[in-house]
Amino acid sequence: MRIDRSQVDYIADLAHLVFTEEEKQQFIGKLNSILDYVEQLNELDTSGIEPTAQVVHTSEQNYSWRADQCRPTFTQEQSLTNGPETGSGHFKVPKVISEK
Amino acid sequence: MEIESLTSEKIRILIDQGEASASEICQAFIKRIEKCNPDVEALLHFDPEFALKQAKCIDRIKEAGDPLPELVAVPMVIKDNLLIRGLRCTCGSRNLENFVAPYNATVIDRLEAAGVIFLGKANLDEYAMGSSTENSAFRPTRNPHHTAYVPGGSSGGSAAAVAANMSVAALGSDTGGSIRQPASFCGVVGMKPTYSRVSRYGLVAFGSSLDQIGPLAHNVTDVAKILKVISGKDPRDATSLGVEVPDYPSNLGPLINGLKIGMPKQYQTSGIAQTVQAKIALSLKLLQDLGCELIEIDLPHTNYAIATYYVIAMAEASSNLARYDGVRYGLRVPGEGDLASMYRKTRDAGFGAEVKRRIMLGTFVLSSGYYDDYYLKAQQVRTLIKHDFEAAFQKVDVIISPTSPTPPFRLGEKINDPLSMYLSDIFTITANLVGIPGIVVPCGQTPDGLPVGIQIMGKHFDEQTVLNLAFAFEQAGGFTL
Repeated sequence: MRIDRSQVDYIADLAHLVFTEEEKQQFIGKLNSILDYVEQLNELDTSGIEPTAQVVHTSEQNYSWRADQCRPTFTQEQSLTNGPETGSGHFKVPKVISEK
Repeated sequence: MEIESLTSEKIRILIDQGEASASEICQAFIKRIEKCNPDVEALLHFDPEFALKQAKCIDRIKEAGDPLPELVAVPMVIKDNLLIRGLRCTCGSRNLENFVAPYNATVIDRLEAAGVIFLGKANLDEYAMGSSTENSAFRPTRNPHHTAYVPGGSSGGSAAAVAANMSVAALGSDTGGSIRQPASFCGVVGMKPTYSRVSRYGLVAFGSSLDQIGPLAHNVTDVAKILKVISGKDPRDATSLGVEVPDYPSNLGPLINGLKIGMPKQYQTSGIAQTVQAKIALSLKLLQDLGCELIEIDLPHTNYAIATYYVIAMAEASSNLARYDGVRYGLRVPGEGDLASMYRKTRDAGFGAEVKRRIMLGTFVLSSGYYDDYYLKAQQVRTLIKHDFEAAFQKVDVIISPTSPTPPFRLGEKINDPLSMYLSDIFTITANLVGIPGIVVPCGQTPDGLPVGIQIMGKHFDEQTVLNLAFAFEQAGGFTL
């Protein structure tokens, strides 16, 4: 697998990141060396092997159930304390719907 | 007051017998931090007033004649990706430079109830991503044994603070070795518990299927005491399990004769530095003298562990870090009027190079068309690695390995070579992939005076056996081989 310039642009767009031309070139090299290393996983035949997403939650008794009840939580005011821009009890964001 | 040799036990005696108050102990550590932190830079924020307020509360318990709590007046520093209400929690990132925690992590609530005094927040690689603490957006931490060297990472500030006697103990987090490797580099004890043993509520997420919180301290007893306090089911973390928590410190005692120690044959590679190898050999000799039996074991998928780990860790990181969008908390940089450009500018300014690299790689392996080839493949290989360990633990009680293939390296030595930095995590990442507990204890120093640590891994939820072996090793003089 070789990542090229157009893929770096595509992934950056998905991740909402921006890079300068110089950074992109550096990324192509560094990401490819990491991906080349990761390629070795293909040496293994994993057909029929269950993927492990959780290491210790394998039996029913380990599931966490609780009653679906209202519990005290943050007030609206508390929730907004770290907001970079707030007003009228809400987080403020730039315009989402374009005029086009 | 001689703070260098203070343990939780000695502090309890001082307070109990009225030889020192919590406030006096706290003051002594404040002075020590003021003296040492400018050289070591272990702490990102340090709030003497906040610490003294807690100490006064403890002094009032003593004055009232009430029973002293379990960890009375034990000063601790907390990795800056764990929330303490009212204090900043930066994660070593520009993103969260001004973020003030609105609530306590569960581990903080539990330690507070046990009488701990929080001195400050410890430096880390940004969002716990790194093995040297050089990736902190603010400043690197230095190894207290030699300030030209790194303290390890990502819990480098926590380990360095304990090693420099700026604190009796610390909390770190461990996603691929981030407690154990800095413990080794700084010559202290550090433990990653079984996945789900300790609630992660209030820990800023990095790799949610790998992350665990754990203690660092000068000795095994204090690690056992802290672990006991922070372990157990928490309704606020659905992944924490209600498996019974033993009284770890009280159970520390003589070793079962003939304890079986597994030595993975795949770990005996030429890649281990001679200075590390020499100390490991001495440690194994000591453990044999203590009556342990060394057994060679086979972990056939060892060579695939690093690739597996990095695919999973980066995928989970890219997903977890999607939340830093400049809307609800953290940095916001205005865009060009629309939401998408605000997201991009905010994330560009907020994240450092290593974090961006991991988000990019994680986004790639999760993207349409590549998910099966990379992420699913890695989760399947994870199963194979887990089977390796399950088979090995049929034959042995614990597994022993070096912590890092090398002693501490110099600042700047590996920062431009991420792959080489990742490869040095080989001995620690499997415990996270498999979810088993691992402790690192010191086992002497290199001829240059740099610490070396040895790792003991155990079965799921069998922290006690791991602690007992570490304790026996400590009692037999293993820390200064």
